[in-house]
Amino acid sequence: MTFKRIDGRKAEELRPMVAKVGVIPNADGSAMFAFGKTVAIAAVYGPRQLHPQHLQNPATGILRCTYDLLSFSVSERKKPGPSRRSHEISKVTEWALLPLLNLQEFPNTVVDVQIYILQADAGTRTAGINAASLALAHAGIPMKDLICSVAVGKLDKELIVDLNKEEEDFEEGEGATDFAVAKMAGSDEFTLLQLDGKIQPEVVKKVMRLATEACKKIYDVQKKALKEVIEK
Amino acid sequence: MFDLIKINMKNEINEAYEAGEEYFESTKRKAVVPGEVILTGEDFLPGEGTRREGENVVASRFGLSEQIGRVVKVIPIFGAFIPRRNNVIIGRVADITFRGWLVNIDSAGSAFMPIEEAPRFINRNEMDQYLKIGDVISAKIWSVSSRGIDLTLKGKGLGKLEGGFIFRVIPSRVPRVIGREGSMINLIKEKTGCNITVGQNGWIWIKGESLDSEIKARRAIEFVSEKVFIDGLTEKMEEWFEKN
Repeated sequence: MTFKRIDGRKAEELRPMVAKVGVIPNADGSAMFAFGKTVAIAAVYGPRQLHPQHLQNPATGILRCTYDLLSFSVSERKKPGPSRRSHEISKVTEWALLPLLNLQEFPNTVVDVQIYILQADAGTRTAGINAASLALAHAGIPMKDLICSVAVGKLDKELIVDLNKEEEDFEEGEGATDFAVAKMAGSDEFTLLQLDGKIQPEVVKKVMRLATEACKKIYDVQKKALKEVIEK
Repeated sequence: MFDLIKINMKNEINEAYEAGEEYFESTKRKAVVPGEVILTGEDFLPGEGTRREGENVVASRFGLSEQIGRVVKVIPIFGAFIPRRNNVIIGRVADITFRGWLVNIDSAGSAFMPIEEAPRFINRNEMDQYLKIGDVISAKIWSVSSRGIDLTLKGKGLGKLEGGFIFRVIPSRVPRVIGREGSMINLIKEKTGCNITVGQNGWIWIKGESLDSEIKARRAIEFVSEKVFIDGLTEKMEEWFEKN
């Protein structure tokens, strides 16, 4: 049953996490979050006036997310600028973050969240969501809760938490599976479920359990990082 | 009967407030993150930045939690400026329109200063002689609506700020910079001999007799705005002035 992964981790062990709040002085809120070699930074601006005007909503403020890989973050240089992939991830990040914000207090405004990946080694969207959650809190925006995000995958039949690039590309046996999950820290509400690959329906429950456990560890790191800025 | 209740209520509030003042000194502030349970029990009332979830009082935003009497609230220490009515702010004239001036106040939505709200009559053709683009003014927010923010210059201490310079601190730290009943800002004014105006939007205008004193005042204010977690900051500040 017990086996070791390629980098010596146990099945439910996460990569070493680093979180830091307040890394971008010009932003209203900012944070860095790293899963091993994957490093994401997030900046939050606003609430500020929204242009173009026709997008403004007089009932509530809106959230706008941008996710992108920086061109040097991957081994093969990424052409700068938005792509199909980055558009998609921007949108799912937005949906993952929206349920925990309360923007009714700021009608006609926008909260901009910008996520950039400095170094990619699989799990960039989850690292991005973790960083964005910290940055939103740092920006003083009213929030229900913090959000934690992690990917669960499969090596043949074995479930593993927080895959790195080598594990993500492992095609043998049942094939590569990558299940990205985002969860509110204080409740059992999941705001992101994305499955890439194949998985048996009865295994999904186990995935959720593993993700919940992992999210607890992530939450501790996030909480510590936020408190450090005040108590420094 | 109704009046009696009202009076009683008023007394109760006063008592709570006075008791709160004493508590205020003794409760230790602590850092909380959104979703964190601050206190458990039906005895406590959720105040600003908090909400009730069953038994618990839970933080809705990131900051320092504080308990005044029975009320628990979270003091924000980061974040953009949220305009409220009667805030005195510092802004920069961004544009001159037919009916007034557009003012940048560093918040969501720009502010408008109608020509009628200037303290004296101004001819429509000579608006730029009163306020030019780029001029810095201290003004009061007169209304906040979905259309925008309206300013007025009618009031004590409001008007164009000439000379000196402005800089920015995090808006949530402004109450700290001012101190209780202005104790902190008065101390800085006294020690440096500068004229200082603090806007609720975090912009601060300083004008002194020499550049050295102006820079000293700015350093002092930046020192205060960085030290959020310290109690008895006014005493710390006096020490700081002795060292510098």
